[in-house]
Amino acid sequence: MAKQLMFQIKDKLGDVVFQLEDKSAKRTFASIHKADLRQVAGVLHKDFKARFSIASGIDNVKNFELLYHFSFDDLGKIISIRTFVEKDDPVIDSLVPVIGPAAEWIEREIHELLGISFKGHPNLKRLLLADEWPEGKYPLRRDFKNE
Amino acid sequence: MSDKKKIRQTVIPIGPFHPLQEEPEFFKLFVDGETVTDIEINIGYNHRGIEKISEVKSFDQVTFLVERICGICSNSHPFAYCLAIEDLMGIEAPERTSFIRTVIAELERIHSHLLWLGLAGHFLGYNTVFMWAWKYREPVLDIFEAITGNRNHYAMNKLGGVRRDIIDDDIPAILKMVSELVPAMDMFKGAIIDDPVIHARLKGVGILTKKDAIAYAALGPVARASGFDVDIRRDEPYGAYDRVKWNVIVEQDGDVFAKAKVRILEIYESIKIINQCLKKMPKGPIDANIKEVPPGEGIGRIEAPRGECIHYVRSDGSNSPVRHKIRAPSFMSVPTAKASIVGQQVADASIILAAVDPCYCCTERMAVIDKKTNKQVLSAQDLVRMGQEKTRKLWKP
Repeated sequence: MAKQLMFQIKDKLGDVVFQLEDKSAKRTFASIHKADLRQVAGVLHKDFKARFSIASGIDNVKNFELLYHFSFDDLGKIISIRTFVEKDDPVIDSLVPVIGPAAEWIEREIHELLGISFKGHPNLKRLLLADEWPEGKYPLRRDFKNE
Repeated sequence: MSDKKKIRQTVIPIGPFHPLQEEPEFFKLFVDGETVTDIEINIGYNHRGIEKISEVKSFDQVTFLVERICGICSNSHPFAYCLAIEDLMGIEAPERTSFIRTVIAELERIHSHLLWLGLAGHFLGYNTVFMWAWKYREPVLDIFEAITGNRNHYAMNKLGGVRRDIIDDDIPAILKMVSELVPAMDMFKGAIIDDPVIHARLKGVGILTKKDAIAYAALGPVARASGFDVDIRRDEPYGAYDRVKWNVIVEQDGDVFAKAKVRILEIYESIKIINQCLKKMPKGPIDANIKEVPPGEGIGRIEAPRGECIHYVRSDGSNSPVRHKIRAPSFMSVPTAKASIVGQQVADASIILAAVDPCYCCTERMAVIDKKTNKQVLSAQDLVRMGQEKTRKLWKP
């Protein structure tokens, strides 16, 4: 059943996924270009009824990496969408218009901790950091120094 | 917009903040007369940067670091973290370990749900329920002490195993302690599920529809009370959950009563799971002896008392995680308050927000703002008092 679903997803997305890695029976990582994010998230969430679990942002020094973890609860499987954001243009489409309020808080969190902007987010203000926290300092970036 | 800005300028947050309590949140309620028209949720008052700290701790130390995320679910985070590392390495912990971890996880669910029940009783003015719930939570903590040596922060998990075994000679005594919880739970079930005043106070109050539950990706008892059937223990079995018989409790109404009912009935399922685990536990090693963590990435998730708790870990082969993303269930469930509280009465606000089961200091930081004057008119204490008075009126013949 899980295999069949993977075929269907691959079929639906076509060449959008440029790398697919089945790490184990429960975990799959699919790499996409950031321009395709909304389309892929829409297919997983609307067509395959995947539940948005969370997103993780990583500073890879040469670029930022974003992972969107979608849970397929019927199959006991997580498909993580992997995409990269350039350092000199840290902007990506927000998923709030596609998958709803579930993505609101985590995008605000990634925005303030890594300094990635989400285009189309309805309310991209700070979530966790204090109001006095200086602008332009992002604690989860590798070049962040704790003074 | 200008209206909103004005509100922000005149509101004085009520404090003081207690950094000792978990998850301080600040709810700003906007009201028109008796009706709640909007809510603004502010979090981050106690952000400790644990994901950042994790990057400078060794993999073994992180187990104890994440245990400190929450004092109530202090088994959930290390459990999910260990599963993430085991997923990264492509190994499974020894079988006996899975059973021991499951026993601890379910004991934790019982004590967490009892704690919620007590506080929910307090918000409703049923202080007897509060006293009972906390009284019957004590023996659960005694069981923890018997198994782990600690009443809280059990420190049972380690990468690839557990730190202490459950000694076979102790099992009959533990089983007896667990079985003594059942009559107490029967009393609760009768006192809460059959009480007409509680029906009047909780039924139809603070409804989270199934559609909203899915839109907010709600988790745990909050989701299951709205008919959104998600439970990681069944969906992606870990530990020993696929080797014992139990049921997922799902209710359809989505109101506060349904949330309470789900939690009460789940305690019975937890007792069932613990009994079976202790009886079926196979003999064998309790540690896979992980020496080092290779480069790679892994995701671990478990069903904590409040819902799916998920950890993502990436390693570059060094001694510490390169990135460790943690998502606790309240992160997804707290925003659902926006869907369930608008249009409700102010007197019900404290119990509706409490029904999500965030950690409790939250409601202490609640303020009610009159839309017309932009002044704070009620404090958290006032709201709890109003909730209790509403119940008291129903008691009178």
